[in-house]
Amino acid sequence: MRPILLQGHERSLTQIKFNAEGDLLFSSSKDSVINVWFSHNGERLGTYEGHNGAVWSIDVDTQSRFLVSGSADNTLRLWSVQSGKCLYTWEFTTAVKRVAFSEDDEQIVCVTEQRMGYQGAIRVFRINRDGDGTDQSEEPESFFNPIGSKAVVCAFAQTPNLIVTGHESGKIALFDAKTGEEVLNNERAHMDVVTDLQLSVDRSYFITSSKDKTARIHDTRTLMVIKTFSTETPLNSAAIAFLKPYVLLGGGQDAMSVTTTSLRQGKFETRFWHKIFEEEVGRVKGHFGPVNTAKPYGDLEIED
Amino acid sequence: MTPTPNGVGPHVNGFDEDDIDYSDIDAKYQVQYEEGLDNVVVVDGVPVIDKSKAEKLLARIAKEFGKKGSNVKADDMFIPWDEKTGKSKGYLFVDFKTADDAVYGIAALQEYQFDSKHRFYLNRFTDIERYASLDETYHEPEPEPYTTKEHLRAWLGDPQGRDQFVTYRGDDVEINWHGKPSQCEVAYSKTNWTDLYAQWSPLGTYLASLHRPGVRLWGGSSWSHQQRFAHPLVRLLDFSPNENYLATWSHDPIVVPEGAQQGPQFFSPEDEGNNIAVWDVKTGNLLRTFPSSYPEQDADAGGGAGKKPQMPWPALKWSADDKYVARVTVGQQISVYELPSMGLVDKKSIKVDGVVDFEWCPLGEKDRDEDAKAVAGKGKKPPRQNLLAFWMPEVANQPARVTVMEFPSRQIMRQKNLFNVTECKLYWQNQGDFLCVQVDRHTKTKKSIFCNLEIFRVREKDFPVEVVELKDTVVNFSWEPKGDRFALVSSNDPNLGSSGPGVTIKTDVSFYAHDRTKGNFRLLRTLPGRTSNTIRWSPKGRHVVLATVGSTSKSELEFWDMDFNNDDFGKGAAAKDEWGSGIQHLGTADHYAVTDADWDPSGRYIATSASAWRHTIENGYAIWDFKGTEQSKQILDRFKQFVWRPRPRTLLTKEQQRQIRKNLKEYSRQFEEEDAAEESNVSAELIAQRKRLVDEWNAWRIRCRDELPAAIKKKLGKAKKEEEEKEEIELWIDEVIEQIEEEVIE
Repeated sequence: MRPILLQGHERSLTQIKFNAEGDLLFSSSKDSVINVWFSHNGERLGTYEGHNGAVWSIDVDTQSRFLVSGSADNTLRLWSVQSGKCLYTWEFTTAVKRVAFSEDDEQIVCVTEQRMGYQGAIRVFRINRDGDGTDQSEEPESFFNPIGSKAVVCAFAQTPNLIVTGHESGKIALFDAKTGEEVLNNERAHMDVVTDLQLSVDRSYFITSSKDKTARIHDTRTLMVIKTFSTETPLNSAAIAFLKPYVLLGGGQDAMSVTTTSLRQGKFETRFWHKIFEEEVGRVKGHFGPVNTAKPYGDLEIED
Repeated sequence: MTPTPNGVGPHVNGFDEDDIDYSDIDAKYQVQYEEGLDNVVVVDGVPVIDKSKAEKLLARIAKEFGKKGSNVKADDMFIPWDEKTGKSKGYLFVDFKTADDAVYGIAALQEYQFDSKHRFYLNRFTDIERYASLDETYHEPEPEPYTTKEHLRAWLGDPQGRDQFVTYRGDDVEINWHGKPSQCEVAYSKTNWTDLYAQWSPLGTYLASLHRPGVRLWGGSSWSHQQRFAHPLVRLLDFSPNENYLATWSHDPIVVPEGAQQGPQFFSPEDEGNNIAVWDVKTGNLLRTFPSSYPEQDADAGGGAGKKPQMPWPALKWSADDKYVARVTVGQQISVYELPSMGLVDKKSIKVDGVVDFEWCPLGEKDRDEDAKAVAGKGKKPPRQNLLAFWMPEVANQPARVTVMEFPSRQIMRQKNLFNVTECKLYWQNQGDFLCVQVDRHTKTKKSIFCNLEIFRVREKDFPVEVVELKDTVVNFSWEPKGDRFALVSSNDPNLGSSGPGVTIKTDVSFYAHDRTKGNFRLLRTLPGRTSNTIRWSPKGRHVVLATVGSTSKSELEFWDMDFNNDDFGKGAAAKDEWGSGIQHLGTADHYAVTDADWDPSGRYIATSASAWRHTIENGYAIWDFKGTEQSKQILDRFKQFVWRPRPRTLLTKEQQRQIRKNLKEYSRQFEEEDAAEESNVSAELIAQRKRLVDEWNAWRIRCRDELPAAIKKKLGKAKKEEEEKEEIELWIDEVIEQIEEEVIE
């Protein structure tokens, strides 16, 4: 398999996502642009322009109709995948760090950052899928402030209205989207910041990566740790391979200290681990900076 | 009674102060006067005199006390008289002012020679009383109950013949077994076992840990506490070769605080201000303390007053048989002390003007065998005396000089004068067969430095010396253990000596061997253009590892075999082969950021480690076999130390060893069978383990699927159905593009 290098962003990537069919790849970056690519040849299909700050997170619905993005310009935007038009913009007081669609594409969850005297918040919006998509309600369906360590990543769990979150302290938790109540938590899931959280296809388990140099697979219902993958470098991203029993881990030293260390020390490799045996099976070298995000689909693909 | 201010007398209210009973308060606050006998001293051995001479005698004794600084008057003395004879009884009492004065007086005039016939013996009056009332009957002392101690060498009895090593990581100290992959396990681990580092004794019997109050030794299979040495803030320690003695050093001079514990195991006020202490390992007793001496040139060369002079360690050097320990006073003398009394041998040091450094000759296997024979009374010739090699630089018109001296006879066995010497380093081969003096020489302009090796063949008559001249600077030198070869790293890199970050010095590695036919040392082979700076010979000889240590860009390990053509291990190079042809490169490996490399005592494995004491990149350790195949690699945060446990000398005789070597094929068959059995066992285990994991996972997946919310299930089901509905049709189309028929006409 030959790697395809996608070059189109001026600053580091923050997240990549395939659509449900796997023919399109969406990438968000700190250069405030979102790109969409053909995944089979790496040709750029188009861009989504409009954000005025780093785009921290994106997600695409299962029908490849809507794209949602969260940015450091304090906005959450809904885009038409096909036309590249911004359909609706929600404004908040702080940056949007993470967005995700629900299983049925009817809801969006977003995490806003805790900053400048504002508490970090989790909001759930109901998407009006009728019409051209510009007619959205400004008010969130539910809104709550998680107490304790701030949430950094989130996603819808398998049961409706249940949100799984990863926190700065290394905690992972389940919240009731309606009441904002913490249903369940695992305080000691990680020893450091949770950097990524990706669900399995049926949302029954999910993988988290952390700066504590480990990635872990958890049961979505009980939040119990099922598998642990220990590496020797802080991890930025972890993904579960589709159809194959592997997980991908990406990480490396912070971009800040890259210039002071050699390529060798940075460990900018994508590691493949066996999901069940918890053994490393391979590495892909060739990154110049830390691997920020990874997303496999069918044949395994990765990005930095 | 004093009048009360308002003029009202105490009687007015019918209360008499005198009537109050104060006795309880009096008793409570009564000042306890001394019994009055602590300050009384009995002086024995006084001349027997008449009463007439008493005054004169007392005046004289008072004067004697006065001379010693003890203030006693004649009036304070009392002579008891024998009423019958009218003569004195030969002793008198002295009344000192205080008990402290009495103690001083006793110390001052104890055993004082008063005149030719009389000697004073002073005792405290209270003591005499106490001794007089001693119970004179003899009581049998209770025999201490016998407690069986663990065997300190229990680890040698391991049925699998594994070696041990200690690792220190974070606050945890771990003792590990090392053998085949399946036999590696943790033998013992303890958090905060040591405060600074861990060190094995030279024969592996004890593990020393360093703490603020001192050193502790541990041993036995349960790692129980064996001994302790109270040297506060100890930093360095050094065992004698046979583990009988221990030298410790602390940067802070010894202070004996008030009320400190006393006894043979503790410092006494005489030791105050010293830094080095020598201990007996078995009893834990303190033998002697020394001040530490920093070499002067170091302080000068240190550059800047802020830099502390490096403590040269070991400061005390033990002779190989644990009989002597010596220290050098740079520029003046070498002082040799006898163990265990720690007295200066013959009460005088070896005076050597300008002496810089010295080394004891190690004992070879042969010497040890002969020693053992001599002890048993069977020795034919007296065992070899200890040899001491030392050197002094050029002073005034005298040339520099290397001397080999026999000790304790102090006979100079060989002396060699050297010119244009910058520095000398003394390297004994570990069997004591050869002494190599690496002489760093400068040209007349003193601009460039080159190197000479002066090799003393100590086993031969008159110690013939041979010179190997080199053009480059020698960075590292190492004898092959139990062999007659040596390896050296030389460099002519202009960056040498000014090493900064990112600078890797180019070096050449050369091997030399003793040519038995000609009796001299000849170059075997040079490996040019390396970066290696460290030579690690296997403790059994033959194999050598060249490592690039402490560099940020290079970290190569090269594995070499010196007797590749020679199957029979241990017989030495086959002389008939072409010179230097036996050297074979076995493998190259890389351990990034390596800081240390050490062979295990069996010479089969080498461990390389990257210690957090040097840097924080990829700390951990790796174990390789002699061919350069990685056995295991552990990357561990905050990893500090890896040390193999040394083994004592083998108990097998030469004959037994030869037998084993002869039957090696038989043994190896047996071992290979074991290995094969184990390998299949291990892979079976691994497969079982994997199967178990897969089963667990699948079971969990099925459970998950059953409990999936209906909505998701439906959706997934639909997707599956869609997939199933798709029919895959494979079409093979044969298209005839052209058909040519040819008729062949014959």
